[in-house]
Amino acid sequence: MSMVSEERNPVQLGRYLRDNPVVPLIALLFFLIAVLEFMKPGMIIPLRGGRDGLVSIFWVGNLIKFAIPLAMLAACQVLTMLTAGIDLSAGVVATVSAFVCATLSPLIGIQLAMLIALGAGGMVGLVNGVGSGVVRVHPLIMTLGTGLIATGCLQVYQRFVISTGTEIPQMLVWLGTGRTLGLPNGLFLFVPFALVILWIMRFSGFGRLLFALGSNENAASLSGVRSWQVLVALYTLSGLIAALAGLLYLGMIRAPSLSLANPLLLPSVAAAVIGGTSIFGGRGSFAGAIVGALILRVIDTMLTLLQMPQGARILIFGLIILTVTGIYERIIRQG
Amino acid sequence: MTALVSRNAWSLGLIGLLLVLVAMTKIIQPDFGLSGLESLSRAALPFAFATAGMAVVVIVGGIDLSVASMMAVCSVTAAVLMPSLGGVAGVLLVLAIGAAMGAINGALIVLTRVPDIVVTLAMLFVWEGTALLILETPGGGVPGWLRQGIGGYFVIPGLPKALLLIAVIVAVIWIPLRRSKSGLAIYATGSHENAAFRSGVVVGRTRVLAYGICGLFCAFGGLSLVSLTGIGEPVPGPYLLASVAAVVLGGVVLGGGRGGLLGPIIAVFVLRIIRTILTLAGVDPNVTTIVEGTVMVAVVMLATVVTYRRVRV
Repeated sequence: MSMVSEERNPVQLGRYLRDNPVVPLIALLFFLIAVLEFMKPGMIIPLRGGRDGLVSIFWVGNLIKFAIPLAMLAACQVLTMLTAGIDLSAGVVATVSAFVCATLSPLIGIQLAMLIALGAGGMVGLVNGVGSGVVRVHPLIMTLGTGLIATGCLQVYQRFVISTGTEIPQMLVWLGTGRTLGLPNGLFLFVPFALVILWIMRFSGFGRLLFALGSNENAASLSGVRSWQVLVALYTLSGLIAALAGLLYLGMIRAPSLSLANPLLLPSVAAAVIGGTSIFGGRGSFAGAIVGALILRVIDTMLTLLQMPQGARILIFGLIILTVTGIYERIIRQG
Repeated sequence: MTALVSRNAWSLGLIGLLLVLVAMTKIIQPDFGLSGLESLSRAALPFAFATAGMAVVVIVGGIDLSVASMMAVCSVTAAVLMPSLGGVAGVLLVLAIGAAMGAINGALIVLTRVPDIVVTLAMLFVWEGTALLILETPGGGVPGWLRQGIGGYFVIPGLPKALLLIAVIVAVIWIPLRRSKSGLAIYATGSHENAAFRSGVVVGRTRVLAYGICGLFCAFGGLSLVSLTGIGEPVPGPYLLASVAAVVLGGVVLGGGRGGLLGPIIAVFVLRIIRTILTLAGVDPNVTTIVEGTVMVAVVMLATVVTYRRVRV
C-alpha cells in the first residue's frame, strides 16, 4: 500500500481494499509488530537478542492468547452491527457468565454451572432481541439498559453466594492458560468458533438475512424477511457468544470479580470498527475484527513497553483508534 | 393553549410523573421536605448538565459517548487551576476548555467522516487519558464560595440554589440558541441532513456548534462535580449511561431532530427521585440499580410503542 500506487490508480485500489478489508489491516499489523521489534530488539525475533529461533513462539502465543477473548466479544459487535445494531451488554454478559460459573461450580458441579452461565448469557441476549426486534427499541439503548440490569442482578446474586467460595473449572484453566506447541490452548475453542462465525456470515441463510436487514430493512421486509425473528435469534446468539467469551476469560484470569470482562467492551467495539465493520449495517467482516483485536493488543504491548503514565497510554489508545478508522474510511470512500 | 399543551405533552407527562413520585416520597418518609428537595437537586446537578449536553448532540443527530470523560477533564482542570488562578478566571477558563473539547469532537466527526459513535468512543479514551495526565490521583481544591454557591436556598427558603442554577444556566444557553438561526439549523440537520444541506444549512458548522455546546454543558457538569466534592476526580463517573437514559426518557428521539432540553432535565429528576424513594424504602442499593435499568428500558419500550401507534394511525 505505497503512496505511489495509490496515486496511480486510486479508484481501483480503493475498490480492492473495500472488497478485501483484511489486506491493509494485516499490513498494518505487521508494520506495528515491526515497530515493536524496532523498539525492543529481540522481543519478536530472538536471534537478534542472541537467543535461538527466528520468531518468538512465546511472544506470538501471548499475543494470540490475550486477543482471543477480545476477538470473541468483537464477534458480538460485528454480527449485531451487520443489522445496524450494537451489543453494549456483551462485556457485562461475559462478566456475569464468568462469575456465575465460578460461584456455582462448587455447589452444583462444573458442567451444570457452565450450562447455567451460558443460559444466563442467552437470557440477556433474548431480552435484547425482544426489545430491539419486537418492541423496536434502539439497540444501543436496549443493550445499555439490559447491561445495567444484569450488573444489578449480579450484585444481588453475589450476596447469596458470598460464602460458598469459588472454583474455576480445570477445563477452562487449561483452555485459558495452557499451551500446546507454544500456542495457547484457547485456539482449540477459538478456531472452530471463528470458522462457525465465518460460515454463518458467508454461507448461511441467516447470515444473508443479517446483511439484507442491515443494507435495507424495508427492502428486506418487503421480500418477506420477518425482521423480528432474525433480530431475536441474532441477539440471543450474541449473548451466548459473550457468555462463552466470559468463560474463556475466567480460565485466563482465574479470579472472578464483579467487573471482570467489563473493560473489554469498548475495545471490542473498537476491534470490530477497525476491522472494517460499518456501524450503520450491511458491511462487516469477522476476519477483519480478528486482525483488529490483534492490532489493539500489539498497540497495548507497545504502550506498556514505552512505560508511559497510565493517562498517556489511554490517550494514545484513543488517538490510534481514531486515526486507523479515519484513514480506513478515507480509503474505502475513494472506491 | 391546546397547541402549547400538545407540543409539550411529553414534558407535561413527565412533570406529572415527577409530582406523583414526590408525593410517594412524602408518603414513605413524612419527614421528606425542603431539605430533601435541596439535597436531591444538589445531587442532580452533574447529571442534569451531562444530560443537557447529551440532549443537544442527540438533537443534531449524533451521540457523544465522551461526556463523562470531558466532565472529568473539566473537574480536574478546575481543581488544579483554581487554587492559583482564583475562582472567576478559573471558571471561565474551564468553560472555554469544555467548549473547545466539544468542538474538537465535532470537528473530528465532520472532518474524518467517521460515524459519531466511533469518533466519540475514541475521544472517550483520549479525554480520560488527558484527565489522568492532568491529575493522577484525586486532589486539588476549589474556593469556598464555589462550594457554598450550590448549597442552600436562594433568597426565599424553598428554592434550592442548585435547582435555580440548572434552570438559569440551561435557559441562558439554550433558549437564545434555539430561537436563533443556528438553533433552527441544529434541528434541521438532526431531522434530515440532506434536506438541511440542500436548504442551505452549513451542516458541518452546525454539528461542530452542537458538540461545542455539549462540551460547554459538560464543563458546567465538571465544575459542579468539583463543587460537590471539593476535589478533582480524574476517573469518569457513571454519567454516560445516566445521561443517555435521561435524554431518551425526556422525549428526545435518538436519530435527531425532535425534543428539547426541558424534558431531559425533568427526566433527570425523575430518575434521581426514584433512587431516593428506593433508598428511603430501605431497598438494597444493588436492587436500586436493577430497578433503574428496568425503568429506563420499560419507559423507552412504552415510548416506542406509543410513537409507532401514532405513525400507523
